[in-house]
Amino acid sequence: MTKPKIAFYWCASCGGCEEAVVDLGEDLLTIVELVEVAFWPVALDFKREDVEALDDGELAAAFINGAVRTSEQEEMARLLRRKSAAVVAFGSCAMLGGVPGLANLYESRDILDLVYHEAPSVQNDAGTLPAQECRVAEGELTLPAFGASVRTLGQVIDVDYYLPGCPPPTGLIASAVTALVEGKLPGKGAVLAPDVALCSECPRAATKPDKLLVRAFRRPHQVLIDPELCLLAQGLICLGPATRAGCAAACPGGNMPCTGCMGPTSSVVDYGAKALSAIASLLDADGEDEIAARVAEIADPVGTFYRYSLPDSLLHRRVRPKARELEEEVAP
Amino acid sequence: MSENHFQPKIVAFFCTWCTYTAADLTGISRLAYAPNVRVIRLMCSGRLDPQFVLAAFRHGADGVLIGGCHPGDCHYQEGNYKTRRRIELLRAVLRDLGVEDQRLRLEWISASQGEKVQRVCNEMTEELRKLGPLRLERPQHQATEPAGEAR
Repeated sequence: MTKPKIAFYWCASCGGCEEAVVDLGEDLLTIVELVEVAFWPVALDFKREDVEALDDGELAAAFINGAVRTSEQEEMARLLRRKSAAVVAFGSCAMLGGVPGLANLYESRDILDLVYHEAPSVQNDAGTLPAQECRVAEGELTLPAFGASVRTLGQVIDVDYYLPGCPPPTGLIASAVTALVEGKLPGKGAVLAPDVALCSECPRAATKPDKLLVRAFRRPHQVLIDPELCLLAQGLICLGPATRAGCAAACPGGNMPCTGCMGPTSSVVDYGAKALSAIASLLDADGEDEIAARVAEIADPVGTFYRYSLPDSLLHRRVRPKARELEEEVAP
Repeated sequence: MSENHFQPKIVAFFCTWCTYTAADLTGISRLAYAPNVRVIRLMCSGRLDPQFVLAAFRHGADGVLIGGCHPGDCHYQEGNYKTRRRIELLRAVLRDLGVEDQRLRLEWISASQGEKVQRVCNEMTEELRKLGPLRLERPQHQATEPAGEAR
């Protein structure tokens, strides 16, 4: 019997998701017994041509991590989609946009300006920017196009399953691959993790007060964190109440608040809005000034509530008026 | 279309006990106000999930107006305080995302303040007319563009 073929690929990501696959340890050997890895650029020497040579739908599954920004990432995602029976958005970036998705706070031209002109460590007297095409003595060189915004995998191709987490917990990866091999995957569109809030598996859950009230927000470096007490009760912004379970509360267990990498449960459309709603509801402040003072204690609100999900948010990205339009508005 | 003729769309969430009743009074009193406002009635301003605000923006609203009972007057004791906290935090997030403060307005309007509904709706319409439309990128329809040519 031929073994089902699978592929791993990375787009805009840090490599942590690849690391998570390796973290399977000896379980990885069991998986390799069951499936044939047909493409995995990080670990094995396969080329794009090898994927192109496959029949359409020949891959049983492609596990794609990372968000999509460049034309190369988009092309590879489309190619793997065509060659795969199932595509799994692997990790927070592929599922929600992830940390790279915070780039949607800026215009792509501003990002290039910062990186190639303004950063203090840059010396670029000629003002060179990466060009998509460039002629050198040896011939024409090309680079992928840098897209206007960071997108989730699901905004680029049809995705069958989602494996959340930054990176996905190894237990969830192993059970996803097993379910795939045994043909026991749930319905299309499913998130392969429990559909309850993180508090349900948090070791600190028992110490969560019946009526939680936060008088002042603290950041982890400002307090000596009690290792047993509910982190919200200590004034730390723990996003557990708004976040999907499945990680065995690894961060609260490690004395750090949840930052929401597992994303929302199925009843939520916009993770950040729900997370900020959950936190705001705990504020022990009624007056306008008092509330404003508490809100001001939250450093970087977008980075706090949309750390992993800005591209997936309802707003995705504001299209700012171009400089010329702004001038017209000022001087009609 | 010049900016002067721009007709902003405003989605208003009014609580049934105070602001919605006030809006009825505005009509009964024959106080005309800008037709740019589409009102959605909620049982309480505290029912307002911040997702509603973002969904309104996503579906084409240029501004969102929320009307509730004055502090201390909430039919459910403290729903309006909850909204006040959520909106303040939502505003901080929207500000960083480049959405102007004027696009999200929270007003306390009691059942007897019909004229305040008129004033707030007219003011907000004028302010948004000056600001222009809120444009959001549609991720599904975006082709990967060359750098520096982001819309």
